[in-house]
Amino acid sequence: MLRTIGKRILLLIPTLFGLTVLLFLWVRALPGGPAAALLGERATPEAVERINEAYGFDRPLHEQYVTWLGRLLQGDFGNSISTRRPVLEEFANRFPATIELSVLALIIAVGIGIPLGYWAARKHGKILDHLMVGGSLLGITIPVFFLAFMLKWLFAVQLGWLPTTGRQDRGIDATHATGFYVLDGLLTGEFDAALNALTHLLLPALALSTIPLAIIVRITRASVLEVLGADYVRTGRAKGIASKIIRNRFVLRNAMLPVVTTIGLQAGLLISGAVLTETVFAFPGVGGFLATAIFARDFPVLQGFVLFIALAYAIINLLVDISYSFIDPRVRVQ
Amino acid sequence: MRAICFLNERPSTVSIKPQKRRLKAGIAGGAALAIALTGCVESQRDGDGDAPADDVNSTFIFAASSDPSGLDPAFANDGETFRISRNIFEGLVGVEPGGADPAPLLATEWEASEDGTSYTFQLQDGVTFHDGTEFNSEAVCANFERWYNWEGLPAAESMSYYYGNLFQGNRGDENALYESCSADEELVATVNLTRPFTGFIPALSLPAFAMQSPSAMEEYGADDMGGTEDAPQYSEYAEAHPSGTGPFTFDSWSPGSEVVLQANPDYWGEQGQVQEVVFRVIDDPTARRQALEAGDIDGYDLVAPADTEALESAGYNIMQRDPFTILYLGFNQQIEELADPLVREAITHAIDREALVSQVLPEGTEVASQFIPPVVNGYNDDVTTYDHDPELARDLLEQAGYADGFELDFNYPVNVSRPYMPNPEQIFTALSSQLEEVGITVNPIASEWVEYIDLMQGSPDHGIHLLGWTGDYNDTDNFIGVFFGSYSNEWGFEDDELFSALADARTLTDPDEANSVYQDINQQIAEAMPGVPLAHPAPSLAFNERVESYPASPVNDEVYNEIVLSE
Repeated sequence: MLRTIGKRILLLIPTLFGLTVLLFLWVRALPGGPAAALLGERATPEAVERINEAYGFDRPLHEQYVTWLGRLLQGDFGNSISTRRPVLEEFANRFPATIELSVLALIIAVGIGIPLGYWAARKHGKILDHLMVGGSLLGITIPVFFLAFMLKWLFAVQLGWLPTTGRQDRGIDATHATGFYVLDGLLTGEFDAALNALTHLLLPALALSTIPLAIIVRITRASVLEVLGADYVRTGRAKGIASKIIRNRFVLRNAMLPVVTTIGLQAGLLISGAVLTETVFAFPGVGGFLATAIFARDFPVLQGFVLFIALAYAIINLLVDISYSFIDPRVRVQ
Repeated sequence: MRAICFLNERPSTVSIKPQKRRLKAGIAGGAALAIALTGCVESQRDGDGDAPADDVNSTFIFAASSDPSGLDPAFANDGETFRISRNIFEGLVGVEPGGADPAPLLATEWEASEDGTSYTFQLQDGVTFHDGTEFNSEAVCANFERWYNWEGLPAAESMSYYYGNLFQGNRGDENALYESCSADEELVATVNLTRPFTGFIPALSLPAFAMQSPSAMEEYGADDMGGTEDAPQYSEYAEAHPSGTGPFTFDSWSPGSEVVLQANPDYWGEQGQVQEVVFRVIDDPTARRQALEAGDIDGYDLVAPADTEALESAGYNIMQRDPFTILYLGFNQQIEELADPLVREAITHAIDREALVSQVLPEGTEVASQFIPPVVNGYNDDVTTYDHDPELARDLLEQAGYADGFELDFNYPVNVSRPYMPNPEQIFTALSSQLEEVGITVNPIASEWVEYIDLMQGSPDHGIHLLGWTGDYNDTDNFIGVFFGSYSNEWGFEDDELFSALADARTLTDPDEANSVYQDINQQIAEAMPGVPLAHPAPSLAFNERVESYPASPVNDEVYNEIVLSE
């Protein structure tokens, strides 16, 4: 097992290296550059040239790449062109917000998606099943930003139940030890602060969870349906095994493999979904910052953030692969 | 020595005593007076605007579209940074309330030498910086010397844009405009320039030239930037210790969330009602509107024209700044057809500016006849204008050899809102239908903002296009000098006569002479038709009902001790 994990980690190195090249070329292929973004209407060719010279963007691409990679290997992701702070510091400040948001979105997606999918499979062909399939299709197709605005309009603007923006109300006396506001509140016993942070998370997390939720419902339904028709389930039933045991040990456990893979993939995608959700809710996470960086052509931030997200994605997938061995003994044997 | 107080000879600016900073309208004087003098919100509420402070929630929350780029205005050139810094810092020269003309602020008066190379400033007495040190002539000179002595990173254009561009360089630069500063007396300082600069006094009203505490700058290493040349980092001062003389002191900055200021108890002017200001970062315009509707913020800027009516009818206070903008349709004369003056004239006659303004631009927008707003020096009331006349446009096209029309690239940006161009897509749609009417087939080319800027300024690969400008301060050269001061890819024409006229005008020190010369230049531009000046859009602000008045300023010189709240 450890050997497999070791191999996977080693494989990550060339993958990430290739990614750095692609990333570097991609951000520089974007039309317009940081100088045009910084100067706006004042971006005369002379001014752009002077800024490009100052930042070294006029040097040959391979030189720029080697300089960047050299610093990267020393743990220096560079500084943001817009905020002039180290990319790592910006990332560290904003990552907890996005993690908190993504985790809650994932909890909603998994917590609701798996039971709904399972229920739809059990009611296969009936009206509830059709409703689930139709509903999940809607969940996949509805644009996240549109849903986010609608949720906010209804629950925050019209009903006034939940806040429109931010992570915590002003005036809340909260200690922020870890940067995860809900966790901070629970750890320090400031339950009001934790609850307040949770109310701020709820709407963006709901908006963010819709696509993964819909996908999990569909995958769970399909997977459970497949397993329900499997020979070993029929044999189990024929042998008179209790339906509860068949449901939990035979069906659910076997149906979970594709679902877990999907959850892993969706967890990674949540961060890209956060770009839109965080913008709509003015939520100070990495998603909103990444969106700003794209419009500002903030090369160091784009390179650093995407690399970091890719790393997180790779690690999540590694964890998913490891989890297979717990769900399916055959993977362990292999 | 002769006195030059202001570029525009407006009686109200001849005063010597500065208003007790920005509160001359005065809360005590009542909301009506405040409205009259500062262009305040016309409240839809009945009753008195100057409610007693203890009945009022004195925290004012304003939605900013982004974080500031830093807290040291000398290293900034963006509106969100200046919005905050105007509340923390003050310059020697301020801006007339509700106007754009220079006015006394930390300098109560100034005199220029006959040759226009030396300015003596009499300073306001009894002013202290937020760190407790005194504001005096030595502090003034320390600031000028700081700017002049920058080298390396702080002197880079990406950092000190305004100093580099207006003062033409730092120590060691041949072109440097600044020469020296002397602290003649405790409250008298003289700044010497290497040559006359017409825009010197108006330029000092820019937030980038605000006075900062020399001791705080030294203590927190204002110019000690970290990082490397290609990756500079702000100093500790610019991150967390800005120290000015303004009515609010810096409290905290949570990047991505908010910047908080507190009332300065030792402010030399009147403090006003607002005791705490929160600039909350909400970068999406729809999210800003929803935050206002939910009561999470008190106001926001650059309201989309489509939202103003709905918000107004829902009871929110909408107000327009007096326009200090220009939106134009630019012609790239590198395009064969556009190099022909007959074609340019035809397009100019094809455009219905009145219809454009009434159909798609915000309330308060004025139709433009030239490339500067009416309040700017050199505005020519008798400039040649081109009426909307599609028939004439078709005739002109025929004379130019395009009786059957022709196809023309029309570039416009998307997903962006500028103070002078709140809705480029709608402006494009309105104009292209007017052009189609006279037989010009429009080939639409839409680009995202940064790409668009790059396309306009960085290459000749564009046709007619939408662009504009928001004035930094009241200086004619800040408009037409930027557009037509030299050859540019955007316009694609050479006109040495115009270029040299603009270069010469820059050195004029007599306001009357400058006014007359710039009027002639505006006529020259109108005849050359490099583009169509379309409108002077008025940026809109929205506030909730409790905001009785707000010091709207065409140049965004908005300081929140002037805000009047009712609840």
